[in-house]
This record gives sequence, C-alpha cells and structure tokens, in this order.
Amino acid sequence: MAFILSFAALIPLDSLGHYIHWGWVEISVANFIIIVLMIAAFIAAITAPFPGRRRRKENR
Amino acid sequence: MSTSEIERQWTTRLRHRVEGKLPPEKMLPDTQPNYVSSWIYVFGVATMSALFVVIATGCVLAIRGPQWWHGSAYGHFINSLHLWSVEIFFFAMVVHLWGKFAMAAWRGGRALTWMTGVITFLASVATAFTGYVSQSNFDSQWISTQAKDGINATGAGAYFNVLNLGQMLMWHIVLLPLAAVVLTALHIVLVRIKGVVPPFEENPVVENAEVSQ
Repeated sequence: MAFILSFAALIPLDSLGHYIHWGWVEISVANFIIIVLMIAAFIAAITAPFPGRRRRKENR
Repeated sequence: MSTSEIERQWTTRLRHRVEGKLPPEKMLPDTQPNYVSSWIYVFGVATMSALFVVIATGCVLAIRGPQWWHGSAYGHFINSLHLWSVEIFFFAMVVHLWGKFAMAAWRGGRALTWMTGVITFLASVATAFTGYVSQSNFDSQWISTQAKDGINATGAGAYFNVLNLGQMLMWHIVLLPLAAVVLTALHIVLVRIKGVVPPFEENPVVENAEVSQ
C-alpha cells in the first residue's frame, strides 16, 4: 500500500491540470504526452523489424 | 419437397452465398502473406483485445452499479480497468488507423473494410463520450454541462440530451457498444473476405489500372 501511495505521489492528481498554450492552441499536458506517445508508437510500428519476418522471407 | 424448391429457399441461398464468400479456410486461415508480419496489425489485434476487456469490465460495472464502483476498493479497481482498457483501445486503434491510412488500405475493393473501421472509430468516440457523462459524479456533471451547448448548437440536443443521465447511460451500455461490437465483427469478416491489402510494390499492374480509372 505504501509503495502504491509513493508511486501515486509522483503525479499530483488533486491539483489543477497543467496546460500548454501556443497561440490559439491549448492542450492539456496529459493529452499532449498521449499524442507524442502515439506518434512514437506509430513510428516504431512502421520502422521496427517484425520478429521472424526475415526468416519467413528466406524460407519462401 | 423437390430439389428445386429446396434450392429456392432463402436459407439455402444464404448458405451458398456465405460458403462462396467466406469458406472455412478463408475465415480461419492457416497462413497469411509475408507482408502481414507488421506491427500495424499487432495494434489492430491490441484494439480488439482491449475492446474485449472494456466489454467484460463494463459488464461487471453494470451488475454492481454506481454505489459499488464509487464506494469500494474492488469497485474502484474494476472502474479503473474499464477506463485504462478504453485508453489502450483508443491508443492502439489510432496507431492502426494511421498505419492503414499510410498503406492506402482501401485499395483493391477494400473500401467497405476501410469505412467500417472509420465508422467503428466514430461510434467508439460517441461511446467514450457517453461513458464520461454516465460516471454519476461531479466529473460527469461538469462534462455534460460543458457539452450541452455544443450538442444543442448542432440541433441534436432535441434527441440526444447530454443532461439526461438515463438516456446517456442507455446509449453507453446498450446502443453504442452494440454498434461498436457489430461493426468490429463486420470489419474482421471483411478483412477475411478481401484479405489484407498488399504493399504498393507487390501488385504494380493493378495499381496502375486503379490510377488510370
């Protein structure tokens, strides 16, 4: 339980949300991080080699 | 009953049609082309898996009710599982969508496969929204009062009242999940019928033919 509470304390959830303002763009930090992670996952998905693909290609 | 009468029955005709379009070896294939070995399809399967957890945890929440999911540790846990499986569902779905867009996955007569994916995404957004306004807490009150003006400005407010908790809950637990699950099933069946879209360089003759149309 203490471990969970100390982990939860890393992110203050009982305070106001943080927002990024850039001209007319306004986005919460949480949403911005999610979008960045999705872009990173997409780039990794199209560039990272798929396990076993080369071996299957050689067997064809 | 004569053979011709049997052949004219709608059950017989439907069976022949299904057998022709989707024979068992196509529905559950043993192998797939080499280009299906892609992380983009892993994200597609992750979307389906997350949907399964969303539905399962949603069923538990429906059985126990709001007092339980707001007031007990186990209820909080299942409620959190429901939320985070939705987060993973959308995360994986968007990565899959971007990948399929980059592949122009509607090529080769696969427009319906693409469109069922798009409509599933839109139905899922509506399902998530009605979930946020059905939490029965201050968060849901805040979201619904913020959303009502936008919805009313479209004219949809007369039929879709975000301040009506009963209506939003019914949309969230009956109509929209049904739409999302049926559309997902249809999407997968279409993938099986049409097959996974080949890369651009795999079929250059067909690609040129499509461009010239």
